[in-house]
This record gives sequence, C-alpha cells and structure tokens, in this order.
Amino acid sequence: MTSHNNFNESSQTEPLIFERSSEGKTGVMLPPSGLDRIDATNIFPQDFMRGEIEDIPQVSEVEVVRHFTRLSRLNYSVDGGFYPLGSCTMKYNPKVNEEAAKLSGFTSSHPYQPQELSQGNLQLMYELQEMLGEISGLPYVTLQPAAGAHGEMAGMMMIRACHEARGNARSKVLIPDTAHGTNPATSALCGYHVIPVKSNERGVIDAGEIERLMDEEVAALMLTNPNTLGLFEENILEVANVVHNKGGLIYCDGANMNALMGIARPGDMGVDVLHINLHKTFSTPHGGGGPGSGPVCVTEELAPYLPFPLAEEKEGLYNLNHNRPDSIGKIKSFYGNFGILVRAYAYIKSMGGEGLERVSKTALVNANYIKERLRHHFDIPYDRPCMHECVLSDKKQTPYSVKTLDIAKRLIDYGFHPPTIYFPLVVQGAIMIEPTETEPRRAIDNFCDAMIGIANEARENPEILKMAPQNVNFRRLDEVKAARSPKLRWSKEG
Amino acid sequence: MRYIPATDKDLEAMLADSGAGAFEEIISQVPKEIRDKAKLKLPPELDELSLMRHMKSLSDKNAQMDDTPTFLGAGAYNHFIPAAVGHILSRAEFFTAYTPYQPEISQGTLQAIYEFQTYVTLLTGMDVANASMYDGASALAEAVLMAVRIKRKRQKVFISSAVHPEYRETVKTYTGDLQITIVEIPYTDEGKTDIDWLEKNIDEDTAAVALQYPNFFGTVDDMNAISKIVSAKEALFISATTEIVALGLLKAPAEFGVDIAVAEGQSLGNAVNFGGPHVGLFATKTTYLRNMPGRLVGETEDLDGKRGYVLTLSTREQHIRREKATSNICSNQSLCALAFTIHLSLLGKRGFKELAQTNLELAHYAKEKIASLPGFSIRFNSPTFNEFVIQSDKDVIELNRKLLKRKIIGGLPLQGFYPELKNTLLFCVTEKTGREEIERLAEALGDIS
Repeated sequence: MTSHNNFNESSQTEPLIFERSSEGKTGVMLPPSGLDRIDATNIFPQDFMRGEIEDIPQVSEVEVVRHFTRLSRLNYSVDGGFYPLGSCTMKYNPKVNEEAAKLSGFTSSHPYQPQELSQGNLQLMYELQEMLGEISGLPYVTLQPAAGAHGEMAGMMMIRACHEARGNARSKVLIPDTAHGTNPATSALCGYHVIPVKSNERGVIDAGEIERLMDEEVAALMLTNPNTLGLFEENILEVANVVHNKGGLIYCDGANMNALMGIARPGDMGVDVLHINLHKTFSTPHGGGGPGSGPVCVTEELAPYLPFPLAEEKEGLYNLNHNRPDSIGKIKSFYGNFGILVRAYAYIKSMGGEGLERVSKTALVNANYIKERLRHHFDIPYDRPCMHECVLSDKKQTPYSVKTLDIAKRLIDYGFHPPTIYFPLVVQGAIMIEPTETEPRRAIDNFCDAMIGIANEARENPEILKMAPQNVNFRRLDEVKAARSPKLRWSKEG
Repeated sequence: MRYIPATDKDLEAMLADSGAGAFEEIISQVPKEIRDKAKLKLPPELDELSLMRHMKSLSDKNAQMDDTPTFLGAGAYNHFIPAAVGHILSRAEFFTAYTPYQPEISQGTLQAIYEFQTYVTLLTGMDVANASMYDGASALAEAVLMAVRIKRKRQKVFISSAVHPEYRETVKTYTGDLQITIVEIPYTDEGKTDIDWLEKNIDEDTAAVALQYPNFFGTVDDMNAISKIVSAKEALFISATTEIVALGLLKAPAEFGVDIAVAEGQSLGNAVNFGGPHVGLFATKTTYLRNMPGRLVGETEDLDGKRGYVLTLSTREQHIRREKATSNICSNQSLCALAFTIHLSLLGKRGFKELAQTNLELAHYAKEKIASLPGFSIRFNSPTFNEFVIQSDKDVIELNRKLLKRKIIGGLPLQGFYPELKNTLLFCVTEKTGREEIERLAEALGDIS
C-alpha cells in the first residue's frame, strides 16, 4: 500500500533542544539599559544569589526556529486533515479570529489598567456574556473559567452555594454512566459523594430511575446532553421535573453544544447550570491541549453565586463588578482566558444566529451519514439517529482478534487522525466519531472508505492492523514502559 | 457561513444516499416544546472585512502598553517577546492540534512539553514538573489541595498575606467546600512574611505553608528561616512565583527546601492579554509524583527502539480514576507552555540571566529616582527585584489620573487590596520600560506633586 501520509516530510527524529547547545550562543539580544552595571550581590544577600543555570541550552535563533519547525512536522493538525475526535469537536479554526486576537489593543492591555482605558475589552466581554446567554437559554454568564473542567468546578461550587443558602448543602450528586470523566472528579473536588446512574437500553437516562435515586440529599443531577453516546437525552423534561420537585438542580456539561444550536437550548430543557467549552463549539484553536475557556451560564436563582468579576454595562460605559457578596469567589487571577474570548466572540459575530443553527444541522447530518455508511462494517451499539457524533464498537472485528486500538492505529496509515477510542466507558471497545460541520463530503467519504477498507483488512489480513502504523515516523510507542519507570525530564546524566 | 463546505443540496443528498432519513427524523428525539423555543436571536452574520473593522474598533478603545508606558505588574508582566516566538507558535501543526492522544502523530507537541517540563525543573530546581496548569493562581490552589492530600489528617494551611491577593482568593475558593482552614500570616513593616508570628502559630495540624517568592511587594522573604520552621512541624513548604524572570538571579525554590514550587510563566513568551491566557508552572519532588495534578509527558521508545514521548501516569487522572482522581483538570495550557519553551530556548543560559539583570538594574534606577522625589518614599526597606512599593503623601488615585493625562500608566494603588496601605503604589519595571520611560515617569511625578 502506498503511504497516504503527506503531513510529514522529515524521516528523522529531532534531538532535544538541550542536545543542540554549545557554549556562547544565544538567540536574543537585549537592549542596553544605558545604566551602570549593578552588582546584584550588593542588593540581595549572598545566600539568595544564583549561579549559572548550566543546563539551559545555548542556541542561535535559526537553530531554535528549525528545531521547533521540525517538531511541528511531527504533528497532525486540523489544518492538515480530518480530525474526528469524538467529544473534542475539532472543527476548522477561522483565520480571521487569529488576526483579531493579535490586535495590540487586546494583547497589550493590562488587567489592572483603569477600566476607562479598557472599554473595548469590557464591551467585548459584556457582549459575549449576552450572546452566550442567548445561545444557552441561561441568561447569567461568567467568562472566568479557563477550561471546561474549570467551568464544571465553578458550576458545582455554585450549586453547593445555592443549597447552602436554601439551608442544606446536601451531600450527593447523581452522574449517569454516559457522563464525561471530569464530572465525577469535579463533584468529588467540591466535596460531594458521587452516585452513578445507569442509562437504559436506549442509551439515555430514565425518569423512573432518577425518581428512585432522588432524595433530599441529592444536590444535583450532572448530565451531558447530548450524552457521550451521541444521543439526545429524550426524557430530559420529565427527568428535570423529578429532580426539581425534590429540590435538586440540573448541571449540564456543555461540551456537546455543537449539536444543539438552533435545535435545543439547555435553559429550555430545565438545566440550571451549564458550562460551554468555547474551544469546541466556538472554534478557538486547541493548541495541542489548551488554552481553552469554559464560561458558565446559569438561571437567575444561581446568578448571585457566579465567580467574580462580571462585565456590566451602565449608560454605554462598561465595568467589571467585583462587589458580589454571595459569589463563590475568584477561581483564577484576572478575568478568564481573555485571548480565547476574543476568538469566540469574533466567531459568533461572523456566523450570526442562522450561521450557528446551520453549524449544528450540518454537524448532525455529517455524523448520521458516517453512521449509515459504516453500518454494515462495524457494530453500532445504540442503533438510533445520533446527534453530532456517533459511537461504534469493535464487536464485529472481535472474531479476528482485532481491537479498537488496532483500527485506530491503522487509520493513521490511511492518513487520518483516529477518532476518540475506549470512550464512553459504557461501550466496550468504543470508537467515537465526530466529523463536525467543517468537513466537506469528499473528506467524509474518504474517511468512510478508509474505515471500510480497515474492516475488510481485519477479516483478510488482521496482521497488518496489529503492525500499524507503519507509514509514519514513529511506530507504536511503549506506554507501559513510560509509566513503569517514569522519565519526565532531560538531564545531562541521561 | 463561509466555514461550512456543505450546501443545502449536499446535505439532502447525503441524507438520501446514506439512507439516514429526513433531518426532522434525526432530531425527533428532541421534544417539540424544546425545539419550538430554539431559534437564536443573534445579529446576522458579518463578512470578514466588517468583522475585522469592528474588532479593530474595539481594540482601539483600549490603552496599549506599547504606546503608553505602563508601570503595572502585579502578576502580569510587560516583557519583550522575540518575533520568532509568534512565528513558530502560529504554525498550524502546533496551533490546530489537539491533546496528543495518538503519540505516533503528535510527537511535536509531546516533545515540546517534555522540553517544557525540563525547563521548569531547571528554573525551580525541583525533580519533576507537569505539562502546565491554567495559571499561577490556580496552580497555587492545586498545590494546596495536593499538600492536604499528602498530609491526610492535617486540616490547616498557612498562607502569607504577602502572596498575590488574587492567588489567595483563588486558594480560598478551591478549598471552600472542603474541610480545610486557611490561615493568613501577617506581613512585617519590611514587607516580608512575619516569621515570628508563623513560629508562634504553626502547629501539628498544619499541612502546608505557602509563600510568594519574590513576594507581592517585590521583596524576598526569609526563605531559609521559614523552611526550618515548616520542616520542624513536618509540614510541606509551597512557593509561588509570579515573576519567573526573577529566577534568573535568585536561587531556585528547591534550594530552600520547597516541596511544591508553582509559578506563573506568562513573562516568557506570552503577552499580557488583559490577564489571560497565561500559563501555570507546577513542580515537586519525586516522592510526591503520584499526588501531582495535571498532565505529564514521559520518555519511552517505539517498536523500533526509537526514542519518543507519550502522555503518562494518567492513572492519577480523571478519565480513569473518575471521582478518585488527583484533580479534575483535563487540559493544560499547551500553546502558552510552548511559547514559554521557545522564548527560554532563544534566551539561553546567558540571555535569561541577562534579562533578569536588566530588569533588576532598571527597577532599581526607577526605585531610587522616584523615592528621591519630594513627597515620595520607599514603603518597605527590603531588597526587591523588578517590583517595589512607593509611599506617597498624595492621593494616589488622583496621582495616577494626572499621569494618564501625560500618557503614562502609573503603579498599582495597593489600598484596594490592602486598605491599611493607603496611598502606596506597586511599581513594576521591565526591559520594556527603559531608562527613557523611567525618566518620563519621574519627571511627571515631580511636576505633579
């Protein structure tokens, strides 16, 4: 087979920057201070002074540029190809957003400069709060959290604060087995005991099961809708009723908002608290794992507890309100990941309401198209129309001893980034595919053809899957070795 | 809708060709009452030219440090970023990649994180570092949670009042729902953490003591003395650094017996950005490795024996341990960490030290110059790095207003955070506020007062 991999031209590994060093080189020249040299030992006591940090490398600018450029070539990226990671929403990142975020009024404004000197920033924050309020159906919004999981933490703390104000903090949180992995961790961090909820044979939660588990000690039901099986929680209105009747609240993980715009607003489903991963639905680049941003949207009852500050408007002047006595407090320094807010704001403005509705519609069609095209080649554990992602399993490949991992690695040989694998946990050998709205039909067809090709190979030549990938610089990496004897940094001694 | 390749016709054809059914069938799982309310009331789409004009108009409403000399620091520092940093960073292969879940095609990100981890251990002197945290404040909060995890039965954490007020706020929020008591250590008239007070109040129930190094007033605490007090009670010693450049001149936290060193890494490679995104640094001793929050990258080899890197020790993490995880964090600040790594690589051993020296020299020049003006004096008589506190006999809010008229943004009035420090200003000087800017500031202050 010929290699489909063209994202990588280099055939060598790249040494560490520390191995490129030689005495006397530098990549930066600083401006002369024009002052007399101060001997730092005249200022600080001798025992505070540091000698040379020997192992910091000495490298020229061109060597630094080449080093990192070579490293970059060892990466797969959205700009390079289809990246169907389920639940991660790897959609195209519009270039104009980057131009906007680079404007110096945004990058070189200081968080402590007087508010009258930051009116553009504050207006942007205020308007973004309003727009996210409209999109979620939950009008009170904080932009403070630095990531989705950070937003979850803020949201669960607000739920606790609300119950405390009502007179009982409560002790338990119900979490469906189709929830994101961060949900139980977040609840535990906020001091709650986690009660798992089993989803029914349709892959969704059942009002009866919630009724059975719901009591005066349950603070919230924390769900993901659409859930991690790619299914809409069709009983959501009944479920919300049951929870609310017993004094509980509904937390919704908003990681999957890309499926909902113009189709369903969490606020209209009975959700009380929702976080939104701006880097997913609102198309800010993932940057190899961050920075993200995780605003939280809430009902009026929960508004007093939002982390401060909030952007406000009064007669055309914008300000940050820090004076919020019932707030859960501050969750990071300054005002959230502002640079990410700029990109998300630009994206929403460039799409408009209709554009966002079209995003979700297209994402849904694409996911269902993939599911139908792969229907005869892979097992579909919950065979119903799906939302913006579909979940398959490796059940049909089991007779040939081929596993999900092998399928994923073989996709690399076909030039694709593999989907999310072994998640959600409720499906054995899960393969979770999220095409998003930004893939043209041709790319989706190529991906489906590759998947079908792999299904055929699994029957006819399973060995080729076990040996994959073979057409990239690195073959399978030994993760067990890395964990057994952790080597987490370079050192001269090796 | 220029980012969506499919036309209406394409969508219809895809539904028909695959047998997926009508779009209405797909969304029939959504109850009608919810569907009916879903139409979004947002303004219509903007073309690229109009959008960029609008963004530019917002940007122009802000003061910019490049046009207006700014003497603000306090956790967000105005340093020069070499052009190569931005150019490498904006390569799409770094910019538009995700978490390196498939190491065979993510070695670029993985190796860069491994290099970042190495740099953080070199600067802090610690054994191991993670792939980064949201920012310095949340890193400190996670350090406190980690200390309490390690010292299981102990419920008290001492934190110096000379730690950045927003960092302290963040720690309180993170620990608010758990059985942890946060006790603030007062500061002395020299702007240092009060060791005598700590010695009297620390007890066997203390899990950790946290300081800022250099502290919020720009001063350096008596690290050795405090370290002895902390270890005598077998508590953990945590240090937080907001200005990482200081570590070019000052001893690594590890050399004072620090157990967990956290820092804000914004100063290297990352613009101030109105306060974020920045990048939290987190390092500790090997002994505590498995209690450390956040992602880790480790060295390994591939099937051919080729050296490579993978995410590792994820058994501590949320996606496997769920409610028993070491923290709920599932991302890092990868791109900001990359910027840090590139900038430090460009500086190199000498450049980093030189940068620290330049900051020290300019800041001392400014400190002496301002303090020699009538009506101004140094508030804390202690050595400082690139930040210092000045006492004025005038209303400093008014003073800053007058400076603004001359297009200078002055220091941070401390009375908002410390009501007792009336009419004091925290000034910060970096290589970007050079001799000329300092002289402009001093002249303006002289005229005004």
